[in-house]
Amino acid sequence: MYRVRRWVVRHARFFERIYHAFEPMLVRLAPLFSRLGYERIEAPVKAVEKGVKGLLFDCQMCGQCALSATGMSCPMNCPKSLRNGPCGGVRANGHCEVKPEMRCVWVEGWEGSLRMKHGNLIHAVQQPVDFRLKDSSSWLRVVRQQVDQAREQGQNGGAE
Amino acid sequence: MKFDDEPVPGYSLPILPGHVSPGRLERVLRAGKFAITTELDPPDSADPAEVLKRAAIFDGYVDAINATDGSGANCHMSSVGVCSLLTRVGYATILQISCRDRNRIAIQGEILGAAAMGACNLLCLTGDGVQAGDHPQAKPVFDLDSMSLLEIARTMRDDCRFQSGRQITVPPRIFLGAAENPFVPPLDWRPHRLAKKIAAGAQFIQTQYCFDVPRLKDFMLKVNDLGLLEGPDRVFILPGIGPLASARSARWIRENVPGVHIPDNVITRLEGASNQKEEGKQLCMDILHQIREIPGVSGAHLMAYRQEHTVADIIEQTGVLEGRVPWYPGRDNPADLNPESPDALQGTLEQNP
Repeated sequence: MYRVRRWVVRHARFFERIYHAFEPMLVRLAPLFSRLGYERIEAPVKAVEKGVKGLLFDCQMCGQCALSATGMSCPMNCPKSLRNGPCGGVRANGHCEVKPEMRCVWVEGWEGSLRMKHGNLIHAVQQPVDFRLKDSSSWLRVVRQQVDQAREQGQNGGAE
Repeated sequence: MKFDDEPVPGYSLPILPGHVSPGRLERVLRAGKFAITTELDPPDSADPAEVLKRAAIFDGYVDAINATDGSGANCHMSSVGVCSLLTRVGYATILQISCRDRNRIAIQGEILGAAAMGACNLLCLTGDGVQAGDHPQAKPVFDLDSMSLLEIARTMRDDCRFQSGRQITVPPRIFLGAAENPFVPPLDWRPHRLAKKIAAGAQFIQTQYCFDVPRLKDFMLKVNDLGLLEGPDRVFILPGIGPLASARSARWIRENVPGVHIPDNVITRLEGASNQKEEGKQLCMDILHQIREIPGVSGAHLMAYRQEHTVADIIEQTGVLEGRVPWYPGRDNPADLNPESPDALQGTLEQNP
């Protein structure tokens, strides 16, 4: 919902904190996920993720969430699905070129990033979307990535 | 301007150390000359002679010609088509690719094709939304954005790889450009966003129309503070300028063309003039004089849509080229080529097997 997502961006710092608490919690659940099987839990986790993020961010389930680097404003709500900042068509009042009734997703994102502790992540170049990941859980992907990373580091550490 | 190592003007130049392309635009910019680029309005036609006629208007006044890619989301002859026609007779072209109409497979193929046809410069654009043009019912693609397009083009050139990682045997030698609009919100982010584009591969920038010089000055100061105008990865900035036809058309553009910021004082000035068209041209020349004085500005991008004939006057009267005559087909030996003759294309095909 438009009003909710704008409220979220106004409280970007708060949601950043929540996410920083939530992510390690998810990662701690990794052994459980692993035992249940990622494929089996994909559907229910995806449903929860879609419900929560859909309500808060108007999440489009691109499957590669970048909210922490976009000022908590979901870039997939940009009619041009821009992942790296606003186009040159932003109106003088900060509204969208394509949807004049909507505030530019990236004008919002910039304001959100200024409120966040790690807001400077907005300056990093984001890779184009991998369309194979659409409609999959970004949370489970993050968990698996973190676990894999930790394992690799552990192995490298052991070798030294 | 002719380079010593340019035996046949218009053909690819040797690539100098520190340069990435065999084109003249990069040479002119890196030599520190005030460069002029312009925009060709592509025809709604399959007639090659029409393209050459439209390019010939700029002969002797511009260093490179942008071939727009469905600008304003309107359908015209393609950018790669226009560039191919122009490079065959020796013009320096800037290929425009917008992310609106093609996915990454089509775009990468087009970069290779255009480079093979002699295009040395690529302007990476997001593109106007389809709602702005003559086919609002079309599917907006936007598989990439201008930033990821820049990064992919740079990877193709420098690492000889497609985005997939697959090898390219002969990479496209292209000077990479991007657009920026320093005149619309979020204003304080724009210089940082430029830095991001440079990090993604941009080497030159053409801006949206500048009718607000103080705003441009402010932007340039911040860009300079960020250190983007020095070092081997420095960027060359060419602000966009153009003549307004009348106060009425200025108002129309302000309301209807996405991203064009025209301050009230510009419209008041046009309204107060007895000959508004002449005043529009004078205003453009005044702005050109002013931006030339801004530290860090490397040239200007002159967009004179439907007033292309004014480009020569504007350049001539402002004297920004300082006597330099950019190369054009037939400059040094008028007998070489006459782009208006229908045989010109056939002739170049024979010369360039």
